[in-house]
Order: sequence, then C-alpha cells, then structure tokens
Amino acid sequence: MTDTEFLLWVRGPAFNAATFIMCAGLVIRFLEIFLLGRKAELAEARGSAAAGGFRTMLIRFIPDAGSFQRSGFTIVSGYIFHIGLFIVIFLFVPHILVFEAVSGLSWPGLPSNIIDATNVVTMIALVGVLIHRIKDPVMRMLSEFNDYLVWFVTFLPLLTGYLAFHRVALSAPMLIGLHILSVELLMVLFPFTKLSHAFTLWMARWYNGAIAGYKGVQS
Amino acid sequence: MTANGMPAPGFAASAPCAPPTGNLVPLMHEIRHALTRWLEQGEKRVIDLRSIPLAPGEEDRLLEQLGEGEVTARLSIQGPSDIIETRYPGVWLVTHYDENESIMGKFIEVCEVPGILTSQADDIRAGLERLEDQLSNAETTA
Amino acid sequence: MSKDKTLGETLQERGVSRRSFLKFCATTASMMALPPAMIPVIAATLEKLRRPSVIWLSFQECTGCTESLTRSHSATIEDLIFNTISLDYHHTLQAASGSAAEQAREEAMQENYGNYILVVDGSIPGENNGYSTIAGISNKDMLLEVAAGAAAIVAVGSCAAFGGLPHADPNPTGAVSVSDLIKDKPIVNVPGCPPIPAVITGVLVQFLTFGLPELDQLGRPAAFYGNSIHDRCYRRPFYDKGLFANSFDDEGAKKGWCLFKLGCKGPTTYNACATTKWNDGTSFPIEAGHPCLGCSEPDFWDAGGFYKALSTPTEDIGKTAVYAGTAGLIAGAALGASLRARKQSAVKNHERVTIDDLDEES
Repeated sequence: MTDTEFLLWVRGPAFNAATFIMCAGLVIRFLEIFLLGRKAELAEARGSAAAGGFRTMLIRFIPDAGSFQRSGFTIVSGYIFHIGLFIVIFLFVPHILVFEAVSGLSWPGLPSNIIDATNVVTMIALVGVLIHRIKDPVMRMLSEFNDYLVWFVTFLPLLTGYLAFHRVALSAPMLIGLHILSVELLMVLFPFTKLSHAFTLWMARWYNGAIAGYKGVQS
Repeated sequence: MTANGMPAPGFAASAPCAPPTGNLVPLMHEIRHALTRWLEQGEKRVIDLRSIPLAPGEEDRLLEQLGEGEVTARLSIQGPSDIIETRYPGVWLVTHYDENESIMGKFIEVCEVPGILTSQADDIRAGLERLEDQLSNAETTA
Repeated sequence: MSKDKTLGETLQERGVSRRSFLKFCATTASMMALPPAMIPVIAATLEKLRRPSVIWLSFQECTGCTESLTRSHSATIEDLIFNTISLDYHHTLQAASGSAAEQAREEAMQENYGNYILVVDGSIPGENNGYSTIAGISNKDMLLEVAAGAAAIVAVGSCAAFGGLPHADPNPTGAVSVSDLIKDKPIVNVPGCPPIPAVITGVLVQFLTFGLPELDQLGRPAAFYGNSIHDRCYRRPFYDKGLFANSFDDEGAKKGWCLFKLGCKGPTTYNACATTKWNDGTSFPIEAGHPCLGCSEPDFWDAGGFYKALSTPTEDIGKTAVYAGTAGLIAGAALGASLRARKQSAVKNHERVTIDDLDEES
C-alpha cells in the first residue's frame, strides 16, 4: 500500500468505522448508566435538585484546599494538559474543518504557531503526569494496564500531530495518515475505557449535586 | 518585466508582496571575494543567478548596483545572448535568451572575459576550412 | 536512422557553433539546478553522446503531456529532437502515419535493440480488452513488445506513472500504470497533469547526460519531486499564522491567504510548481488563487474531492453518526434493560455489594 493509499484509507473507511464504533459505543454506555435507574427518593424535597446539580457541575472545577495540599502536582498538570488538549483539538483550523464536515458547525481558530507551542506544553505536562504516576507509590499501586493504555492513546495523537505539522522524517501523506489513525484509535477506545469520563463526569457531578440539593445541603 | 514584455515572474494582481530575502548584500560580498581571488590566484567564478532566491524587485536592484561598464556585446547563438561588463571591471553579466527572447539563463562571471565570448578552437578550425575552400575556389576562377 | 555520429559531430555538420553548444550546456545546467562548475562536465558528456533512439508510445492519454512538452523553452523540443535525441516514433509529432509509421517504429527497435529509450504517456488497459489499440495492436501488447528492447522507460504524466484519469473510480477500462505491467526495466516516473514542461525536458536531458537519476519511493526524480508544494509555497507564512481564505474571492483570498480550507493538497503533493512554476516561471495554481489539486500524486482524482480540505474525512460521517446512534440506542436499550433486571433481582435477593462489584469496569 502506498503512502497516498494509506492516507485515503484513514480519511475514508477507517474514519467511518471509528466514528460508528465511538458513537454507538457512547450511546450504549449512556443507556447502560441511565437505564440502571436510581432508588426512589422517599423523603420530601428540602431544596432544589436541579440547582444543586448545575451548581456542582461547575463548582467541582475549583479544587478545595485539602485536595490541593495532597495532590497539587496532579491538579496543576492535569489542568494544563486538559486545557492544552482543548486548545489543540478545537482551535486548530484543520481540526475545525473536520468538525464542520461532520456537524456543519464552525468557529474561528488560533494561529497555527500558537497551537504548536500549546501542543509542546501539553505533551510535557502529559509526560510529567506519567512520571508522577510511576514514581508516586500510591499512584503506582492504583494504576493498572488500562491507565497506561489511556495515557498512551491520548499522547499518541499529540506526538503524531507534532511530527505531521513539522513534517519530520516520513513522507507527508504517511505522517498525516498516522496522525489520523492515532485519533481513530482514541475514538475506538473512548467509550470502553476511562476516557469516557469526558461525558460521564457531567453525569456524576450532576447526580452528586442533585442528591445534595434535594436534601437541602451544599455539595 | 521579462525581455519579451511578459509580467515578471511572481506577479499576480491580488498576490501580496513577498518579503525581501536579504540575499543582496551577501551576493555582493561573494562577488568581492571572487574578484580578490582572481587577482591573487587567477581563479574564475561563475554564479548562476537563477539558483539564488530573490524576491521580485531584488534582482533589479542588484543589476542597478552592478551597473554598466565599457563593454556590451550581443551574441547570436541559437537565440541572442547579452554580455555586459558591469561598472566593476572583471564582473560580467551574461544573459542567454532563446529565439523568442525568453530568458534561459542568467550568470554573473568574475573573470578576465567570459569563456563564451572568446572564439572556440572547434569553430576556428571549421572557419579555417571554409576560408581555405573559398580561397581555392577564388584561385580556380581567377 | 542509424546514430553513428556523436552529438558534437551532428552539431558541427549542421553548422551549429561550439559557442551555441556551450550556451545550450550552460542553460541546461541552470535548468537542472546544477552548479556552473558542472557546465564543462555536461559539455564533455553531451558532445560524445550518440543520439539515442527514442520511441514515444501514447496510450490512453489526452495528449496534454505532449502539448506541455512542446511548450518547453529551456531545452526546447526542437533542441531535443534535432540535437540530443532521435525521436523515431511519436503519433502527434511525426509526419508518417499508418503502416509507414509502424514500420518506422519496428525498424528503430530492431536497429537499436537494447539501447533505445521508451517514453510512454497515457495509461494502459491492463486486460487485453480492446479498449485502446493502435494499428490493431492492444496497448498492453505494444508496451510489452517495445519495453522488452528498451534500455529504460520514462513514464510521462500521471496517467503513465500512476494510471491517472482513466484509473479514477470506476476505472471502466481497467487502466493501469506502466510500472504495474513492466517489472524488469528501470522506470522513471514524471507525473503531473500535465508535468511542468521544464521538468519533462529536464528529466530527459538529465537522464541522457548522467543516467538514471535518484528516484523517490514512487519512482519520481528527487531533483524535481523532492519537495512538497507546501514546503516551498510563498503563502506558507499565512498557513503558519492561521490566516485562511474561506471561499473563492473573499477578503482572505484577495489578500493572498492560505488556501488550505478550499481543499489545497499542497501539503501532500510533491512537485516543482512552487519553485519552477509554469509558463516560464510566471505563476502556478496557488499563486493564481486556486488550491493545488495534487496532480502529481497517485489517485488524486479520488482523493476525497478537490475542494475538501486535506484534514477532513472523505465519507459522509454525519450519516454514519446517525446510524451509529440508532444502532447504539437499540443495543443500549437491550443491554440496559438486562442490567436493570439483574440489579432488581439482586435487590430483591438482598445480595451484598462486594469489592469485585466495585472493581468492575463494565
């Protein structure tokens, strides 16, 4: 298979398949969660569940002082690479074009050299997070194969994106093809690993906040 | 403008101006070094102008700086070629055109005289044959 | 048609002076981007050159490559035909036709067996299905017969190099490239739709002077196809700054911004357009405001659309997402129902929650 055929394959049937698996997988996971249902709340409401839910979704972004003391590095580097990922994925014009092709929505992007710098910072933060996971005894004990896998499939698109942008070593079609393939790998694993936290996070925060809000306590 | 009046390469109504390359001054220094080397060692140097990236307008500035000296020669060799000694003796500008006056090559030669201006041994030999033929014909008819 | 005389002798006979020959060598070196120090080497090589016989076979092509070649100014086609090569067979340019032309071809092949250069433009129907024939001989048979005695083959144009337009989906004639059919001869691919005139003649002259050039993984001469359009594009600063034209002739386009959003294939296309340009260095598609089509790459006709950006998927992903969502709803409803049933039976039986339950991933 030539480099060009590879690129056309990843842009074509492979992307199609990855989208199908990711979308179907996510819907299945959501239904699995929602259809499990909750125990009926028999007590009378003493506050607003909805208000508690919405509030908690946002308030959880602010770490409390105790958490910061215990896991300051994790929180700071975590914020850095999440914000970095957001910028690199959603504010780089060639990526915005992909979203536009799929959904019809478009928005302005940032200069490509700023994206490049952000990418480098994000990769450094991710490597830092991995080193911390390996060296910290508690983290090391808690970590299993899936945690390292998830780190790898998140890091790979950033690395291949950097190489494709700077056109290092391989031919352009191969570099761009490898980058898109690494994203497809991420897409396929998304619903079936901890990566789905991107969506379940909102459900978890909502429920915690709603339960507390119903009871009339702050969450 | 090229020699036949076509727009200069790189011209487009809506294209933005390309930034200057900064290659002019280093090029002049290269010529300076070549002149020194010729005086000291008799070593000749040819620079292919088309191999040096120059923004539109920079080549004109270069030719302006080099200027024109005492010698202008026009050769007719499968299309015209212009040989000009610039205002710096020993620095020659050689421009080759094809039959349609399109530029085919542009060189700066730092030497006594560009090789292509001198008569070539093969051509001299061929010319001598022609002259001998002509003279022998003249003698038989005389 | 014998080629006993060297190029030097032929020029002398024709009254072309050595000065003219030196001019030709100087301009050829410049065009091949070789340093002036190589001019004497080129001169020495070319004057001893015995004009090789060149047989040019045109198959399923539009004649654009020949048209491009006849527009070449540096090493003009006349220079080539009269001085450097002996073009013994070419449909469009030759005077002979019919059986006389075929006879000329056969004579040239016999006289120079093993030494002639075969130039091909146009793709070839891979099965002998009669879609394209010359004098009753199928393209494939003619190619195999002529290639057998060739010293080397130059596949000019994307059709001969990769299959080109006839090869595009659904490929009704079963078109294939020269390298799909010939495996035992050196092949130089000179793709483009058409290739830049100076590149066609440059490759031929380079090949005659120095032999087989350095080729990339697609068989293209690295000297002309070593850089991508993106790497030499004068609009690259705009790509790097994130300034793109959104549609033809909008504000960004008028300011000369990058054409990536309009589908430019510059990043994945290797050719000399951004440096050598077209029409004697006048301009090239991007400079004229149109995104690069990627015409010197294989399957550029089927590469997802000329006006679809390089980063976008080529298939209808929106539709796929809807199908996936629907399939997910069905499967998810079934799974969810069974999970709910399991939970309810566990509650009814007062089962305890164990550490294994909490550790489950799904």
